[in-house]
Amino acid sequence: MSATTIPGPRKDPAAAARLGARRRRADLLLRGFGFAATLLGLVFLVSILATLFWLGLGALNLTVFTKVTAPPGSEGGLLNAIVGSLVQVGIGTAVGTPIGMLVGTYLAEYARGSALGNAVRFVSDILLSAPSILIGLFVYQIMVVPFGGFSGWAGSVALAIIVIPIVVRTTEDMLSLVPNTLREAVIGLGAPKWKMVTLVCWRAAMSGIITGILLALARVAGETAPLLFTSLGNNGWNIDLARPYPSLPLAIYAYAGSPYEDWIALAWTGALIITLGVLGLNILARSVFRQK
Amino acid sequence: MSGTALPSEASAIAPQGFGGMQARSSEALNATPRIAMRNLDFYYGDNRALKAIDLDLPERQVTGMIGPSGCGKSTLLRVLNRMYSLYPGQRATGEVMMDGRNIIAPDIDLNELRARVGMVFQKPTPFPMTIHENIAFGVRLHERLSKPDMEERVEWALTRAAIWGEVKDRLHSSALGLSGGQQQRLCIARSIAVRPEVILFDEPTSALDPISTLKIEELIDELKRDFTIAIVTHNMQQAARCADQVAFFYLGELIEVAPAAQLFTAPRHLKTQEYITGRFG
Repeated sequence: MSATTIPGPRKDPAAAARLGARRRRADLLLRGFGFAATLLGLVFLVSILATLFWLGLGALNLTVFTKVTAPPGSEGGLLNAIVGSLVQVGIGTAVGTPIGMLVGTYLAEYARGSALGNAVRFVSDILLSAPSILIGLFVYQIMVVPFGGFSGWAGSVALAIIVIPIVVRTTEDMLSLVPNTLREAVIGLGAPKWKMVTLVCWRAAMSGIITGILLALARVAGETAPLLFTSLGNNGWNIDLARPYPSLPLAIYAYAGSPYEDWIALAWTGALIITLGVLGLNILARSVFRQK
Repeated sequence: MSGTALPSEASAIAPQGFGGMQARSSEALNATPRIAMRNLDFYYGDNRALKAIDLDLPERQVTGMIGPSGCGKSTLLRVLNRMYSLYPGQRATGEVMMDGRNIIAPDIDLNELRARVGMVFQKPTPFPMTIHENIAFGVRLHERLSKPDMEERVEWALTRAAIWGEVKDRLHSSALGLSGGQQQRLCIARSIAVRPEVILFDEPTSALDPISTLKIEELIDELKRDFTIAIVTHNMQQAARCADQVAFFYLGELIEVAPAAQLFTAPRHLKTQEYITGRFG
């Protein structure tokens, strides 16, 4: 290209000023919309949280954590529901995490660009966004019907199925952030691939993977639909996983729909407990990721 | 890029035709070859990236590899430890002889080969573990050492890599906390801890400051007493300082290989002369 085709500096101050004014107007408009949208979102969020604290704090006392659910009118707590949630979420995460990590590792380290890998990734992503009630119905079909009853095991399996795709995704994402030169450095020392993956890549990606696991935990802690058809809920004290199993989301679901004022208050308190728990897990996840 | 147009272009530059011209530099340097490449071709898919390379790496000498980007010098290094075998679609043909065996043959035990031919990369690659574990990791892959023997090996490797004094009080803290230059010397220590015979350096100082670069260059000079070394570099002063023999590559061909002093003062090929005088590349 010859130099003569390059236009010289523009010498039309009026046009420049018009352009500047137009840009300022566009900027103002976009900023205005952005601000309004943020405000709208925050109003809902703050209103939800404020209502939750306002109504949930009222019934929040020690008996919530020391007494099991009781008939309306008598003094009851949520102990069985809290313990039931912890057990099912614990089992679900413990079962789903290793499966999810191994699948994510397969996708990131062994199946890059392969047809099978792409298919697995696609299915896992669909599972990630599947309505959780479908997962509940699925487990109802494969566990509740054949074994003749609702059980804590079925609830745990349903939660594990929700955990798996979340952990698959984060594991794959975090492993693909590990630089390839690091892999070559391990291989260059004469290490077999499985040692490269387990001893170096996993370690390099660990804080991200743990973050993903914590977020998966937070997600399933509040799940109601998959438990509805699997563990059913239980108003008494029960730690036998072969029988219908209590959990916080199901207690909230049952209590919030009841006509009794003390039950409704307990439902709010249960919701507050879950929210605080999830909040805690999120903060933990952030701090784990940051201290990388 | 078409491969067929190249020979005529190259022969126009070097009318002597450089096929038969290459003096076996190992003879000139009076050393036996540790690795001998004959008629080595390399392909990325259908793209021929190395063309009929004949080159010796003389025992316990430093071979510098220079040439413009994309000339194939890094590719050549990745043949020598079979790093390319990680990637489907990359393949080499010809002979790369080491102790009477062709190391690009399919039946070679790659882990054992890589223990004998170590590599240091352009960017420092410390593993996310302690300094001590970084060194012990490689050793454990190939040997079972008692705890005191391992401590001794770690100290030996870090000392040889001229970093022991800087890290001996923090062996059990993370290697990621070291500076770039220290990390690169740690990586060199990690390579030599496995006790290889050959060490490949792929632009080992291009990410480092001048002081760290100087340290690595001194270290390479020291290491050649025990190891056969090949170093790829974009820096011709570095090649002149470090290398005993220098090989100049251009568009996948080995144009010229000669003792460093000769290549930089009296190159036999026009292309070499143009490159070392900075006329291209």
